[in-house]
This record gives sequence, structure tokens and C-alpha cells, in this order.
Amino acid sequence: MTELIFIIPCSGIGKAFGTISREATYQVVEDLRKGETDTLCLSLLVIGDEDSNHLVQSHRCIAIDGCPLECAKKNLQLAGAKLTTNFRVVDLLKEHQNLKPKNITFLDQEGRELAKLLADQIAAKIDELNRGEIDS
Amino acid sequence: MNSPPKIGVVSCSGEGCVEGTLSRVATRLVLERLRPDNTVTICLPLFLTGEKGERMFAKYFPTIAVDGCEKKCAEKAIEKYSGKTAHSIVVINLLNEWYVEKPGSRRNLDEKGMKVASRIADEVVAVIDDLFKSGKWRRHANI
Repeated sequence: MTELIFIIPCSGIGKAFGTISREATYQVVEDLRKGETDTLCLSLLVIGDEDSNHLVQSHRCIAIDGCPLECAKKNLQLAGAKLTTNFRVVDLLKEHQNLKPKNITFLDQEGRELAKLLADQIAAKIDELNRGEIDS
Repeated sequence: MNSPPKIGVVSCSGEGCVEGTLSRVATRLVLERLRPDNTVTICLPLFLTGEKGERMFAKYFPTIAVDGCEKKCAEKAIEKYSGKTAHSIVVINLLNEWYVEKPGSRRNLDEKGMKVASRIADEVVAVIDDLFKSGKWRRHANI
């Protein structure tokens, strides 16, 4: 059995980017790599919750950030997490400039497409990690 | 022309549980539909990782914390990094008080879940209106 990997999205609430990071995370954790992955509230790391800090320190983690401020990555680093890699929705947008997500609360079609693309990339990275193809 | 007075509404946005989803959706309903001219928000993790400007948030704006669970991450983060909250709402406490069951999915709220989110948003609006009516807004806004 492979070791659980934590996927931590950024908690963004002001733009569609954060919603995309969250939806991609749920797609991985609940559908694509269910049982191999889990998530937890980033806000618990912000307040220094001991149990959550221990979880990210003892498991491999992937940060999923919406914008260049990289809150998920930075909070994981501050918590001393085993951060293996990170993704940014803004980078995905540069690769898919035809997709322009607008809705924040609930994603529109273009936001959902981006979330699916991101989820597939995260799932591929998890497979690489589990095959030992990249350092963890 | 003066801009309308603003109140900060900060959600825990907890991704790990449905109460976090309710806190986030209720907050967005307030920002987008119910009080768009009088509210602002900030992504919670920015209090820890952002520049100094983010830490001034609760000093500039009277701030309402909308937390999903008893861990009260939003309230604690605001008060630790930015300033005293004007009010705090905890979703799980409201659900218990209303004898309402938690929605089943943290990922997508169904019709029943959306009704609960709307009711929570109405609670936030009542607090906002009270802050304006009572004049407490001015005290929290350091005016």
C-alpha cells in the first residue's frame, strides 16, 4: 500500500483561481486518486494546529496555489511539511489562454475545464512520486 | 465622492469539511449578492504569508470571522496577525442551534445545502447591519 499524500489547496476566496485549486484537489482526493490522497484545511496550518502540523510533517504534500502569492506552498514550508512539489493555477492559465474562468463561488464551464486539466496533472505527478521517478 | 463604508468578512474556507464549504459559500453570497457595496474579504492564509498590508486588514476594516468549526481558524488568525474581530460566527454552532443536519458533500452543495448557506449569509448580513446601525462600525474602524 502506498503512503498517503496530502494535497493542500490555497483557500483562495477572492478570485476564480482559488476555486479552481480547490475543485482540482477534490477531483484528485475524491475521484482520481481516492484512498492514496487526502486534504486538510490550510487554515489549520495558519493557526499552527499541532495535529495538522504533524500530518504534513509526516506525509508527502503537494501544494496547489491559485495565484503567484503561493499561500499553500508558503504555509506548508512554514509548517515544516514534506513538500514534494507545487502547482499554480496561473501557470495553467498561461498554457490555456483560451480559457477565461469568471465565476468564483461556483465554477463556470471554463473554470471546470481548467480544474480537470489541473487534476489530471496532479494525478500524473502522484503516480510519478509513487513510482519513485522523482525525489520525494 | 466618499466611498461607502466597508466591513471585512473573512471565511475560514476550510477545505477539509463541509462546514468550511458553508462558511465560504455564505461569505461569497454576502460579498456578491447581499452587501456587495459594503463588504470586502481577504484570503485567510495571507495573514501569515502576505506582506504587511494584509496584516493591517482588521485595522482598516471592522471584521467578521465566519468559521466552519470550533477550531475557529479565521477568528484566531485575524486576532493573532491583524487585530480584534468585531464579531465571530461559527457555522457548526448555528447548525446545532437550528437543528439542521450538515450537508453531505464538502465539494458541492445541493439545494438543501445552498439553503443552509443562504441562512448563514443572512446571519452575517444581520451582524453587518447591526454594526452600521449601532455605530460600532466607527469604533472598530478606528474613526
